[in-house]
Amino acid sequence: MEIYVLLKRTFDTEEAIQLENGQIDEDGAEFIINPYDEYAVEEAIRVRDAQGGTVTVVTVGPEDADKELRTALAMGADQAVRISIEDDIEEADHFTISEVLAGYLKEQTVDLIIAGNVAVDGGSGQVAPRVAELLDIPYVTTITKLELDGTKAVVTRDAEGDTETIKTTLPLLVTAQQGLNEPRYPSLPGIMKAKKKPLEELELDDLELDEDELAPRLETIERFLPPNKAAGKILEGELNEQVAQLASLLRNEAKVV
Amino acid sequence: MTKALVLAESRDGSLRNVSFEAIAAARRVADEVIAVLIGHNVAKDADALASRGADQVLVVEDERLLHYTPDGYGQVFLELMNRTSPDVLVFGHTSLGKDLSPKIAAKLQAGLISDVTAIEGEGAEATFIRPIYSGKAFEKVKVSEGKTLFTVRPNNIDPLEAGSSQGTVESVTVELKDLRTIVADIVRKATGGVDLSEAKVIVAGGRGVKSSDGFAPLQELADVLGGAVGASRGACDADYCDYALQIGQTGKVVTPDLYIACGISGAIQHLAGMSNAKVIVAINKDPEANIFSVADYGIVGDLFDVVPLLTAEFKKMLVHG
Repeated sequence: MEIYVLLKRTFDTEEAIQLENGQIDEDGAEFIINPYDEYAVEEAIRVRDAQGGTVTVVTVGPEDADKELRTALAMGADQAVRISIEDDIEEADHFTISEVLAGYLKEQTVDLIIAGNVAVDGGSGQVAPRVAELLDIPYVTTITKLELDGTKAVVTRDAEGDTETIKTTLPLLVTAQQGLNEPRYPSLPGIMKAKKKPLEELELDDLELDEDELAPRLETIERFLPPNKAAGKILEGELNEQVAQLASLLRNEAKVV
Repeated sequence: MTKALVLAESRDGSLRNVSFEAIAAARRVADEVIAVLIGHNVAKDADALASRGADQVLVVEDERLLHYTPDGYGQVFLELMNRTSPDVLVFGHTSLGKDLSPKIAAKLQAGLISDVTAIEGEGAEATFIRPIYSGKAFEKVKVSEGKTLFTVRPNNIDPLEAGSSQGTVESVTVELKDLRTIVADIVRKATGGVDLSEAKVIVAGGRGVKSSDGFAPLQELADVLGGAVGASRGACDADYCDYALQIGQTGKVVTPDLYIACGISGAIQHLAGMSNAKVIVAINKDPEANIFSVADYGIVGDLFDVVPLLTAEFKKMLVHG
């Protein structure tokens, strides 16, 4: 079973966002594996342990992302691939990233691809379904359970609170929703072993991709922070009075009830 | 003349409000708006689309389209695209829209602006505002090449009134080839019937609700206000409720008109998911709780005292007008 995990390095969700000249200020910020991608890594390891095979973790990003790839290797992935595009393409969008990933994956034998359902930074959730379409394989997003039997798959997915059971076949791409599993922490031996596991760096030339055909389709004109909220009103008095006052404020002042 | 194709969505037998919002958004960007309604026994909803901004409604019915699948809906949508040659494609930022729109965008080698909360300018000059870092920041985006594809976040763009358009309705047939994923079963989760991502009012509980039973008074308040119940990660991790209810940077990002946070401390990840709600009420025993920093109105007190009183107060108010 050849399993690929699409992984993104993101800002730690603890971080507040600051802007510096219209760019997100990354100075001193902590980075992590996108939390949804951690479920993907965990699920890939479990499938491999049950069925045999190889787990390859793939990311598109700069050298800094090696840290997150090593973490995935320490969790138990077998090998990692980082595709470096920053020398060729200035501001990649989802179109660019998915074409690059698909360009790499088309050259591999793929049984199963697992990704997070969304990255907590960009928040679009586009790349994985795009990759499935480019590879012309079926996909199921926001999954909470994956059962494999030969090339048959039964997948449980969360659709806005409803639980759908989907029947499909491999090769398949799925994206992880919270609840799929409980990701493990890397063990100390895992961390030691990870240092020796293969981490390959590729560039567009290695994939025979032409940067001119990967030009982003979207342009970000500006980034900004939401306006600071004025301090709210803490109500006072007897609890009964506070509640009556709140109901009246919501109806007459805020007009939301 | 620019033309937009909008995917309308029906859920549990009725149109989702986000479909009207998507049509209104499409009108900002294109001269002519065609709504697409896909499913099984959905034709009854076409007139509503035709009167609320769509110039034309194309209805595709097939029993194999009873449940959404990316292959089924994808084939229909792409075929209708070939027949109508639109410049703009609009989807709701819903479970279905999020699942289907990237497939269409990949097919077209186009960009896709996800989760649009506002549109500035009109027609070809339009720019799109969308949250990043789950609402901790925003970005303004435009299309630099190819067709304009975007998904609209529920509750952010005002829909048009009934009577805004007198569109035509046409039933069309699309041939379906093999569908690689099949929906074998759906279990509807009881969330009071109101969908969290589209709810105008959300009553959310945190660790302060103490147990799954502790959500009962919150549900009662939500029912009175026609809202939905949500939760913080703390409450989900403690197993008081299902992860489907989780609001925050992991979980759902919501923008209701009214958000009532009960026993939620206000971790930065939770604030990211809800701080763009129009009005926020915080109810917490701890006057130092971070949630008060984003609240418009706060009551310092035990949610188990406050929430039932508030429910009773609204009952009185809503009965007597």
